[in-house]
Amino acid sequence: MSENNHPLLLVENLVISYGNIQAVRGISFEVREGEIVTLIGSNGAGKSSTLRGISGLIPYKGSISYRGRDLRGVDAAKIVGLGIAQVPEGRGIFGSLTVFENLKLATWQRKDKPEVNRDYERVFSIFPRLKERLNQLSGTLSGGEQQMLAVGRALMSRGQMMLLDEPSMGLAPVLVREIFRVLQEINQSGTTVLLVEQNANMALRVASRGYVLETGAITLSGTGSELLGNPQVMEAYLGG
Amino acid sequence: MDYILQQSLNALQLGSIYALIALGYTMVYGILTMINFAHGDLFMVGAFFCFIVATFLKLSFIPTLLISMIGVALLGVAIERVAYRPLRQAPRVSAVITALGVGILLESVMLVIFPYPQSVPTLLPNITWTIGGVTISLLQVIIICLSIGLMLLLDFIVRRTMVGMAMRAISWDKVIVPLMGVPLNLIISVTFALGTSLGAAAGVMYSQAFPVIDPYMGVLIGWKAFISAVVGGIGNIRGAMIGGFILGAVEIMVVAFFPSTYRDFVAFTLLLVLLIFRPYGILGQPRPQKV
Repeated sequence: MSENNHPLLLVENLVISYGNIQAVRGISFEVREGEIVTLIGSNGAGKSSTLRGISGLIPYKGSISYRGRDLRGVDAAKIVGLGIAQVPEGRGIFGSLTVFENLKLATWQRKDKPEVNRDYERVFSIFPRLKERLNQLSGTLSGGEQQMLAVGRALMSRGQMMLLDEPSMGLAPVLVREIFRVLQEINQSGTTVLLVEQNANMALRVASRGYVLETGAITLSGTGSELLGNPQVMEAYLGG
Repeated sequence: MDYILQQSLNALQLGSIYALIALGYTMVYGILTMINFAHGDLFMVGAFFCFIVATFLKLSFIPTLLISMIGVALLGVAIERVAYRPLRQAPRVSAVITALGVGILLESVMLVIFPYPQSVPTLLPNITWTIGGVTISLLQVIIICLSIGLMLLLDFIVRRTMVGMAMRAISWDKVIVPLMGVPLNLIISVTFALGTSLGAAAGVMYSQAFPVIDPYMGVLIGWKAFISAVVGGIGNIRGAMIGGFILGAVEIMVVAFFPSTYRDFVAFTLLLVLLIFRPYGILGQPRPQKV
């Protein structure tokens, strides 16, 4: 098999437990370079746990590899350095830091200073609102602006892969559409995306492929349009 | 009038010491939400470092100060690594009790090595100036200027550098910080190193002002510095500085106008009253609890 056929991210038999409760029960999936892959499912299906496992925040059984490299035991901060950026659940911006400081902190692992400056400009061209509010404490931003900041921050850490945990949560429909439009744009400029969503309709529309997660197991998979047209998915997640 | 000026100078000197120690409490609280009750004893170890270096190596003030600060910083980092890090996920009460234990351990070890109070050599020439009716000693000038200098340096680190930014981010949300590529443990170690080295600097200066030292000298001063940090708003760096100077001023002014036995009684009553009106301290802000 040639190098190009290796998936960027390969998850095999992933099991994540909290005490006696198994949140993820042996799921396997892959994300190939350039794709937008989505994991959809309801609350408690194990989506966020899967992302936390990939970013090295919680222990797991099974294996996760990125560019053929086993991520077990790799420190979470180092994983960012390898090229996996994350937009955490609930945005996770640092409210006591300014907008600029939030962006700058995400460049911790980067050594290429001139490129960093170019990336600020890129983030500001995608989200002009952030540039207007550069020195404002990020805790005073609106929900939509905070989500933009969370995505901008992930761009600043220059991941070849971006993990997003429910970016649509708590946002007005117009902002959700805006965020998804930006996601597609980011994807087209070369970033691979793994998107975890409850908003199955929006997620499947932009995704190349999707997996349906139910109580910790993958029950369906297919291309975005296949899943959108699937009667089971329609009934369970798209309001029939 | 001269009397008031003289006492203000004394208040500034005592306040600098409290403020330097209070910073260590507030920094550790800021990033780990735990009270490092061993911090007062690290101040004591700083004073003993000064005694050892000055007595046996016969170094002058600046090298003695630097060696003490570095030595105590390494000890502080080691304590975090060995005693607090394994308890990071544990209930905060367990961590606080561990800190009390570490403090008692430090006192006991020092008591074994130094069973009797020790006299610290004077490292600074005994120069005094009299301006009007006010007498200023070189030591007072150094304590006040050095403390303020160290505080400005710390304030710069916390507000303007990447490490400081990471420290503030940890204090907002520790869980997310590694997702920014920031090595959490390294930043926590740096925080301990900074906080404990300031405590050591306070210990060195204190042992020059009050040169007879013993292993329990950090207990009461540690408590007072902790209270300064709470009065200023625990977790808030500028608050700790303000709290230290307020406590210093209140104590000196009480002694200036009342019998000296009233000192702690009046000082602590005032602070308690202040906390009734500002329960989060002067600069502290109530933070919504995350669910």
